[in-house]
Amino acid sequence: MATQTQHGHYFVPNPSLYPFILSSGLLLMTSGFIFNIHHYSAGPWMMLSGFLAVLYVLFGWFDKVIGESESGMYKNWEDRSFRVGMIVFISSEVAFFSAFFGALFYLRNISVPELAHFDPSFTMYKDFLGTWPSAGPGGVVLGSEYKPPQFTPMSAWGIPALNTLILLSSGATVTWAHWGLLKNKRPQLILGLFLTVALGLTFLGLQSYEYHHAYTEMGLTLGAGAYGATFFMLTGFHGLHVTLGTIMLIVILVRSIKGHFKPDHHFGFEGVAWYWHFVDVVWLLLFVLVYWL
Amino acid sequence: MSTATTVLHDEHHAHYQPGIMRWLTTTNHKDIGTMYLTFALIMFMVGGAMILAVRAELFQPGLQFLKPEFFNQLIGIHALVMIFAALMPAATGFANWMLPLMIGAPDMALPRLNNWGFWLLPPAAILLTLPFTLALFGIGDGALATGWTFYAPLSVQGGIGVDFAIFAVHLLGISSVMGSINIIVTIFNMRAPGMTMMKLPLFAWGWLITAFLLIATIPVLAGAVTMLLTDRHFGTHFFNAAGGGDPILFQHLFWFFGHPEVYILLLPVWGFIPHILSAFSRKPIYGYKAQVYSFWAIGILSVVVWAHHFLTAGMPVPALLYFMYSTMSISVPLAVLFFCWIATMWKGSMSFETPMLFATGWIILFGIGGLTGLVLADVAADAQYHHTYFVVAHFHYTLFAGGMMGIMAGVYYWLPKMTGHMYNETLGKLHFWLTAIAFNITFIPQFFLGLAGMPRRIPDYALQFAEFNMISSIGAFILGLSQLIMVYNIVSCVRGGKKATDKPWEGAQGLEWTLPSPPPYHSFTEQPVVE
Amino acid sequence: MALHFIKKAGPGLMLSLWSLVAHAEFSWNFPKPVTPMAVDTLHVHNKFMVIILAIFIIVLGIMIYSIINHRKSKGYQAATFTGPSTRSQLIWTMVPFAILIYIDFVLMGIPAYHSVVLMEDTKNGADMVLKVTGMQWRWQYEYMDGDAKGIKFVSNLATPEDQIHNKAAKGEHYLLETDNHVVLPVNKKVRILLTSNDVIHTWWVPQFGSARDAIPGFLRETWVKIEEPGTYRGQCKELCGKGHGFMPIVVDAVPEDKYKEWVAAKKTDLAAASAGADKAWSKDDLIAHGKEVYEKNCAVCHQSNGQGLPPTFPALAGSKVINGPIFDTSGKLIANSHLDRVFNGKNVMPAWKAVLNDVDIAAVVTFERNSFGNTLGDAVQPAQVKALR
Ligand code: HEA
Ligand code: HEA
Ligand code: HEC
Ligand code: CUA
Ligand SMILES: [Cu+2]
Repeated sequence: MATQTQHGHYFVPNPSLYPFILSSGLLLMTSGFIFNIHHYSAGPWMMLSGFLAVLYVLFGWFDKVIGESESGMYKNWEDRSFRVGMIVFISSEVAFFSAFFGALFYLRNISVPELAHFDPSFTMYKDFLGTWPSAGPGGVVLGSEYKPPQFTPMSAWGIPALNTLILLSSGATVTWAHWGLLKNKRPQLILGLFLTVALGLTFLGLQSYEYHHAYTEMGLTLGAGAYGATFFMLTGFHGLHVTLGTIMLIVILVRSIKGHFKPDHHFGFEGVAWYWHFVDVVWLLLFVLVYWL
Repeated sequence: MSTATTVLHDEHHAHYQPGIMRWLTTTNHKDIGTMYLTFALIMFMVGGAMILAVRAELFQPGLQFLKPEFFNQLIGIHALVMIFAALMPAATGFANWMLPLMIGAPDMALPRLNNWGFWLLPPAAILLTLPFTLALFGIGDGALATGWTFYAPLSVQGGIGVDFAIFAVHLLGISSVMGSINIIVTIFNMRAPGMTMMKLPLFAWGWLITAFLLIATIPVLAGAVTMLLTDRHFGTHFFNAAGGGDPILFQHLFWFFGHPEVYILLLPVWGFIPHILSAFSRKPIYGYKAQVYSFWAIGILSVVVWAHHFLTAGMPVPALLYFMYSTMSISVPLAVLFFCWIATMWKGSMSFETPMLFATGWIILFGIGGLTGLVLADVAADAQYHHTYFVVAHFHYTLFAGGMMGIMAGVYYWLPKMTGHMYNETLGKLHFWLTAIAFNITFIPQFFLGLAGMPRRIPDYALQFAEFNMISSIGAFILGLSQLIMVYNIVSCVRGGKKATDKPWEGAQGLEWTLPSPPPYHSFTEQPVVE
Repeated sequence: MALHFIKKAGPGLMLSLWSLVAHAEFSWNFPKPVTPMAVDTLHVHNKFMVIILAIFIIVLGIMIYSIINHRKSKGYQAATFTGPSTRSQLIWTMVPFAILIYIDFVLMGIPAYHSVVLMEDTKNGADMVLKVTGMQWRWQYEYMDGDAKGIKFVSNLATPEDQIHNKAAKGEHYLLETDNHVVLPVNKKVRILLTSNDVIHTWWVPQFGSARDAIPGFLRETWVKIEEPGTYRGQCKELCGKGHGFMPIVVDAVPEDKYKEWVAAKKTDLAAASAGADKAWSKDDLIAHGKEVYEKNCAVCHQSNGQGLPPTFPALAGSKVINGPIFDTSGKLIANSHLDRVFNGKNVMPAWKAVLNDVDIAAVVTFERNSFGNTLGDAVQPAQVKALR
């Protein structure tokens, strides 16, 4: 970066109302959610209108960005801003996930063992072994009697292993699509993206089947103590990211079909691919730390 | 730094929409900076008004005006408002206004995102304070009543205010992440040709480290409050021993964010104070490199010391020792900074206009805050200090003196540049002296209150604490009133006054002073070249 | 020591305020320490204060010297250096650095290390164990071993409402008085176990130099060895809800023989109370006793008039839960009935079975069913409560 030369003109977009609408939409959504949870009838309506506002902005804003990109307003200088920005954004996502991985580590290696190993003369939970997976010793805290549910932990070598394979191959197909784009082989680009989207959707399908199974047959729910909470929050947030990633992949698939992106200028594509790889890596960690070990 | 600038004045007229729409839609870094700064000033008043109610209650023993539950809401929201809605936005406002000018950029790198970053703040402030109003209409039982730290399980037990605060934190978090992305990208990608990283103004360096810290820690806070939300409403047991969870997990997550947060608040200030010292000492900044390395050291150390905020929660001895020694080691880079600040003044040709008054006063008062921080790190003595007014005094010396007074130095320093007018110097000096004196009257007694054993966050106290509390409350009211002088001074400076020259401070250095005051709507349409 | 703080800043104004409070007593430092740990902490604290004060004065002194001398108004010409230019200057600037490291890790670090080890040494040579349970907003104490084993009581704030609301003159130990003092023998190492029933509290008596959090569902520990007989007062110091400021701790440290007497007396009281659970009580006696229990334990949340503080704390007047049956036809406790709620709690409502004895629970339930406009007219007998345990 030290070798900067005269850059010429930097694109500063025209004034835009989208950010303001987006924030207002978020305000409505969040406060609506709170009212909803506390059983005020305005809640659902506020959430709905907020959601519509957010949706409107998502379409409008991205449409605008794509339009600007296609009409050649972004040159290398702008492009580099987007790249650095995307990297920083993904870093912040890493930090978000590490909070939950941190919680998993803490509960599993510190709090559950501690609960099982108080000074023997003053043990609070007599029969609690403190092995992982654990739904906790149960007991009276905050005035409510909690009896840990009987549950079967999720085994790694069924659907999760299959899902690992699926996500890994989807990582390969995006890269293959990227090669196609670089060599300007459009069919390869489109096919690669299509396969990636298909794999993403399969992953999500299997994941929801697994959740359904966990809730209905394994007794494994959000309420199943430390294990249930970390399991569902980690895989759930990952699933959410896969969903977002898939939507973004669909968008760039459509754009590719429309003939967008050039071999030397395709930040939109790369941003999504990076995001997808990030989701991939998180899954690998999940597979090892949540399912396997 | 010698500069050869080729500033092309704005040929085509600034194009923005009329009236309020200009502000809702703007993508201009100066407009956005102005909005941040205005918002910060308003919220400073709001947060201050809240704590004045508290100080009025604490004026005498007994319950006079506030119910205990309302008292608890006021202190927590005071803290969140001051930190997230006043101090951070003020620093971000300066970044928006000044970074592009200082590094010779046409604008911030991602202008629309920049606008979004700002417009997330008012909704967040609404979420924080709305529950007060709702309670008046019988909806819910008021705002967050757990202090700003949200400790579980008190926050699991709490009412609707906790949910509002959780989402406020989410919005604030998104805003900070967007702001940080923008600043990092701007610094990496928008510098004028020839401005290498080691020629960056210190202010940019301070902000760069701040932005890194935000990216690394704000999402962790978001994760923590998300777990809190699911514990409250969706049956998880992250913070409940019955399910194998642990309330202390919340404290780990909170302070993993919370401790770096204090440096997030101060790094931008540490960044621009040297510029001010250098300007009014008419002497270059001393130890530029040493300061940059210290920023890095502080940034890195800050994420490994968090548990010093809950040393009384019970930890194994090795952990206690680790957190004690690592916390103490932060004093090393800070000593370097102090040394450089004073060496910058040493053998200068100093004059004491308002910004310089604030900067020197700031060094002294922040020094007290920092040194008392050093003793807090001692685990055994911290059992006594912890959660007493000694800590309250410590962090107001760092947050109000180190943060707010630093920001005030910046405000007076750059106000002529931003508005094109000179502020009233006499009023500025009066503001400084009143603030510095009243601040000490308010918070020195709190050190003694803490030592004598007064816990914090209590609406009523034992009789032996009465005298110092009375002094402290009197100080707080003088302090509050003095801030009105600043408000008046800023407003009248915006509206008119003596015309400011391009470079109103004789010794000031940096690209921002090469532009007219106020700078044109689009600053550097063509980038200057730094040699 | 502490006086030096005052000298740091703003002395003029501080002095002018003096007249305002001329007769007041000011406390400048920790209260008198009475345990080895507190003595140690005070020493460390004093030492650290001297150190930081010295640093402060030196740094400030250099700065003030510069401010006074290197002024433009005095015609001082600015130098131009930007860093150490020669090798010797570089070494010279490293000196403060080295001093600081010495201060941090030797001068301060070593004594701090010893205090930490002392503080965490809770088990070795402990003579007795006291279990302290925090709850909103009172402390429960339980003696775990020795003669006193089995003694268990709750200690509530004893300051009258009127004093808090400025309707009566404030007493000497305003907010620092409880109905039941903890009694501990002097010169015995007491291991203190801490836990909580609801949220986090912190048990802290300043003169003992020990403070430790009481965390729901976990055990934490600290210790005291009180070296002087006397009455010591402290407060909860973790924000625990609206009653956080009203949760004092009072410890009576007494000589060994006095302690034995107290234990014997307390045991007789307890025996009498449990005998009371087996006898049949009249409704009026229950209501009279229940009123006392209510005032002490329930009024903080549900208020003296039974109106509660909705939406957080429900009103008991006209409550659906209260105005329903307690036992079904076969004599079993109905879930979510009045007694169930008081006995087992729900959400924020504490489970009183761990805190109150059978008589208290029966009495307070009976009282509630016949007060605040609730007119059920029935009574719950202590024996019925005992049968639930
Ligand atoms: C901007 C804010 C800010 C800053 C900069 C700091 C700086 C520091 N803080 Fe502070 N702190 C807070 C804000 C801040 N703090 C807040 C808000 C809380 C309470 C939160 C809550 O509970 O609500 C808190 C609480 C807090 C605690 C917990 C207390 C408790 O609750 O029990 C501790 C404990 O270690 C601590 C330590 C420190 C240390 C070691 C520093 C160090 O960074 C200080 C370093 C500075 C110096 C050491 C002085 C400067 C050096 C010199 C003058 C040079 C000397 C030169 C030579 C010797 C040559 N702080
Ligand atoms: C940047 C951060 C910041 C700032 C600037 C301040 C500023 C001030 N703070 Fe605050 N404070 C915190 C951060 C901050 N504080 C934090 C983090 C806590 C911990 C909370 C917790 O325990 O969770 C805290 C807690 C706290 C307490 C302890 C409460 C308790 O534990 O019970 C006290 C008590 O004196 C206090 C006092 C003050 C005072 C007098 C000011 C003054 O400096 C304020 C001066 C400014 C004004 C007063 C505004 C002036 C405006 C007017 C006068 C106009 C009024 C307008 C109208 C009426 C329309 N603060
Ligand atoms: C810490 C505050 C607190 C204290 C102290 C307290 N309560 Fe409660 N109480 C509550 C709360 C909160 C509820 C509502 C519980 C729920 O339904 O979630 C409640 C509910 C009740 C109810 C059911 C009322 C209804 O209509 O739902 C009864 C009866 C009751 N309490 C009796 C008592 C008695 C008797 C005592 C004292 C021995 C007592 N409470 C002390 C907080 C408290
Ligand atoms: Cu219990 Cu504060
Ligand atoms: Cu800290």
